[in-house]
Amino acid sequence: MASGGDGAMGSGGAVTNPTTGLFDIRLTVNGTLHAVSVPARRLLSDCLRHDLRLTGTHVGCEHGVCGACTVLLDGVPVRSCLMLAVSADGSAITTVEGLAAADGTLSAVQRAFKDSHGLQCGFCTPGFLTMITAALAENPDPTPEEAREMVGGNLCRCTGYQNIVTAVLRAAELTRAERA
Amino acid sequence: MKPPEFGYSRPESVAEALAVLGSLGPDGKVLAGGQSLVPLLNLRLASPGHLVDINALAGLGYVRAGRGEVVIGALARHAQVLADQAARSVQPLLAMALAHVAHPVIRNRGTTVGSIVHADPASEMTAVLALLGGSVRLASTDGERVVAADRFFLGSFEADVRPGELATEVVVPALPPRAGCAFTEISRRRGDYAICGAAATVALSTDGSIERVRAAYLSVGPAPVVLDLTESAGDPESAARLATERIETSGDIHATADYRRHLVGVVTRRALTAALAHARGRADG
Repeated sequence: MASGGDGAMGSGGAVTNPTTGLFDIRLTVNGTLHAVSVPARRLLSDCLRHDLRLTGTHVGCEHGVCGACTVLLDGVPVRSCLMLAVSADGSAITTVEGLAAADGTLSAVQRAFKDSHGLQCGFCTPGFLTMITAALAENPDPTPEEAREMVGGNLCRCTGYQNIVTAVLRAAELTRAERA
Repeated sequence: MKPPEFGYSRPESVAEALAVLGSLGPDGKVLAGGQSLVPLLNLRLASPGHLVDINALAGLGYVRAGRGEVVIGALARHAQVLADQAARSVQPLLAMALAHVAHPVIRNRGTTVGSIVHADPASEMTAVLALLGGSVRLASTDGERVVAADRFFLGSFEADVRPGELATEVVVPALPPRAGCAFTEISRRRGDYAICGAAATVALSTDGSIERVRAAYLSVGPAPVVLDLTESAGDPESAARLATERIETSGDIHATADYRRHLVGVVTRRALTAALAHARGRADG
């Protein structure tokens, strides 16, 4: 098997360390620049959790079905378990840890989830929070139907989704009120 | 699970990508959006020797809608194609089908060309390309070739892409005036793989009579199945009967062969009814 360290193969923008065979990448996570060395096979979800110790991003199914690992990649929600960390080199990433203000004040989406009981065990919550944050930026005033469509790609096994849909609509209200 | 080990390159030009793919031969595998490939790696169902990541080839992230066709570059994400108003007006079937491709978060990353090359029997976009008679442009260090959709899909997860080749774009013909199209599918939950689905086109002649009726089906065989249903004269019931007679269905854990045959009739009826209404609306407008 060809090794990840084979710089002669023309690894282009990806910088390989010739002694370790690891790739030296830079990720701006929640506004902080991190330089980290990873093997090519490291998933972005594992890089965030294991290398950067940001365990707020949860890993559920690890094949793109559950949505728990959703992060914002340059502002766009993506499954971090379906991305190689090396592929994300140079990107800006927002995880659930980056949603609250620096002083710990919860974001509108987080407050709405808390107020509407939009979670129970909390395992799926980081994926919902990141995804809804981005979805409301795109559609600040969703109908109940659109709110359901928004959360359709994330699995929650506790709530039955009713309170999550309520939380999306409440988050939209809070966000609009903040901007007014 | 975690992906097995593999080599990795991220070329910064198409020429560099082709050189790397050429030197790797059968060991090389292109990584675009990764929404199908990375799950296969995580589940250890695929173990390519070396991944060639084309995500730095920003020049391939285009959607060009011209008068007669829509051209989609290898790095255009599903979400980008879906949001492209010009592409939607030149060939409305693209957006109709893309709305059924997985969920919005997956569409943010997955590419339309990648989905077509992956040739999943349940893929919406393979059926669309087959129905519309589109083509795929493939490049290698030996030059370029263009493969028509009816020769591109060889079987389940098998497309006519040779070692060393990169699919650089797909070309989708425009929807002619006085024609309409529709897409429908049936899945257990919205966004899941379809148990059965169909795309349909209806062309009307100048006096408003039915000129041509065609449909393409997903999840009923190893590759998209395209049927000419013109002899139904646009009657959804008769088209549904023709389709269930002509398509050989098989059973799997998701549906029995009988249930799937029933669904072929259902999706034919729904797609044809909607495509006919679409055609009439466009012909009157």
